[in-house]
Amino acid sequence: MILDEVKEKFIKGVMREGKRTDGRAFDEYRKISVDTEAFPNAEGGAWVKIGETQVAAGVKIDLSTPFPDQPDEGMLSVNAEFSPLAHPDFYPGPPKPESIELARVVDRGIRSAESIDLKKLFVKENKVLGVFIDLYVLNHSGNLIDAAALAAMAALNKARLPKIEDDKIVYGEYTGQLPIARSVVTTTFEKIEGQIILDANDHEEVASEARFTLGTGDGDKFASAQKSGNGGFTRGEFEYLLDTALEKGRELRKLV
Amino acid sequence: MTEKRELIRNGKRANGREDDELRPIKITVGVLDKAQGSCLLEWGKNMVLAGVYGPREVFPKRDVDARKAILVARYVMAPFSGVEGHGRAGPNRRSREISKVAGHVFENVVLTEKFPKTMIEVQMEVLQSDGGTRIAAITAGVLALADAGIPMKDLPCGSGVGTIDEDNKRMVLDLDKYEDNLGKSDIPTILSPRTGEILLYQMDGYLTKEQLLEGLDKVQSKAVPRLREEMARALKEKYGGMAENGGVEQ
Repeated sequence: MILDEVKEKFIKGVMREGKRTDGRAFDEYRKISVDTEAFPNAEGGAWVKIGETQVAAGVKIDLSTPFPDQPDEGMLSVNAEFSPLAHPDFYPGPPKPESIELARVVDRGIRSAESIDLKKLFVKENKVLGVFIDLYVLNHSGNLIDAAALAAMAALNKARLPKIEDDKIVYGEYTGQLPIARSVVTTTFEKIEGQIILDANDHEEVASEARFTLGTGDGDKFASAQKSGNGGFTRGEFEYLLDTALEKGRELRKLV
Repeated sequence: MTEKRELIRNGKRANGREDDELRPIKITVGVLDKAQGSCLLEWGKNMVLAGVYGPREVFPKRDVDARKAILVARYVMAPFSGVEGHGRAGPNRRSREISKVAGHVFENVVLTEKFPKTMIEVQMEVLQSDGGTRIAAITAGVLALADAGIPMKDLPCGSGVGTIDEDNKRMVLDLDKYEDNLGKSDIPTILSPRTGEILLYQMDGYLTKEQLLEGLDKVQSKAVPRLREEMARALKEKYGGMAENGGVEQ
């Protein structure tokens, strides 16, 4: 608590001088790497690093029963785990609002952009394929949402469709790629001392007054949005967020 | 199964409303005896009851903040609130996320630094739902806070806005359940009328920058003034006579 207060004061002081503690420009991401060879057992997987932040995504595809209101469509489920090894403040136990929010924001982007062609996942009456995306936060050094969204998309683009025989999945055999219509990524902004920065690290997040995440997809459209944190954004700031998210989104989508 | 319905008939919204028209809103404050502040809000067929407890002792104790009051917001839908089958009682992932973002809205305006080491709870129960329940619940929560006499900088309010036509072009205000479920997009938005800042913004859909700005402007220019009026009326109904009455509730 005391340490957080000291940290907050320091970060805000540096921001007031128009700088960031790690020397980055306000709209500059840390180095990003995407490894899609990481989990060969999963139908699709990705290990994403943004600076020191690390998030793994695994895609598993299984036979399941469709939702009653969408009997001819495959299922999508996104879950996030904030592993206790990722940060000293993360403890085992039921999901916290932060991990639910992260999973739901990533889910909304993929769903709204219709990234996965769910109609092609129909098997037969009352049987469809379910796509299960699990997001594992392995090291929390800030900006988990963007890292998770990037990992989810990279894993989906890599995912293979399992072979089905006699209404059962034949594990380890594949019939093709999971049909992906478009890629969607997120761009997350934090507001500190009235300044707006991209890709905040965990120290900057402690000092943040408000957050805005924008999901963007192919064709320069917005697929999801989530304002979080106690502070607000003016209309002028909102316009800046929209323009910047489109520009950065184009770059991020090249990585997946 | 969701019933197939037309959302637009003869070029107009099938529910008979104009594109910028909100549903009827009825607000009553001070409807519960035990809660420090309360509000019953009916917004179309939505019915939400909000109650505020606090500032009071923090529970669990480890959550205490020496600098300010902590604000706990809880949004839940009753199992009987929808037109479909029996829902599950208690919070789910959706309601937990809504509770989180609702808490951010309240924290933006409540002067929490006036009540260090305490807790202020805003309980929101959705008793009947018809699309736009988070907006209705947060509005009720804001009014319950005001009814509890908790000092605030502003009375945030807003509306949903989104596209309901097949072309994903036409932005309408305050989507009802069918427009939300079968439409193309929905953006629940809450603003601070005093500063114009966005306090809550969530989105489902696939829209352009121009559409997002159009939606925001509709909420700002059409929904917020209407809500302000209704909220002021509800507070005046209970407290309007106090000035003439020596500061005593009638």
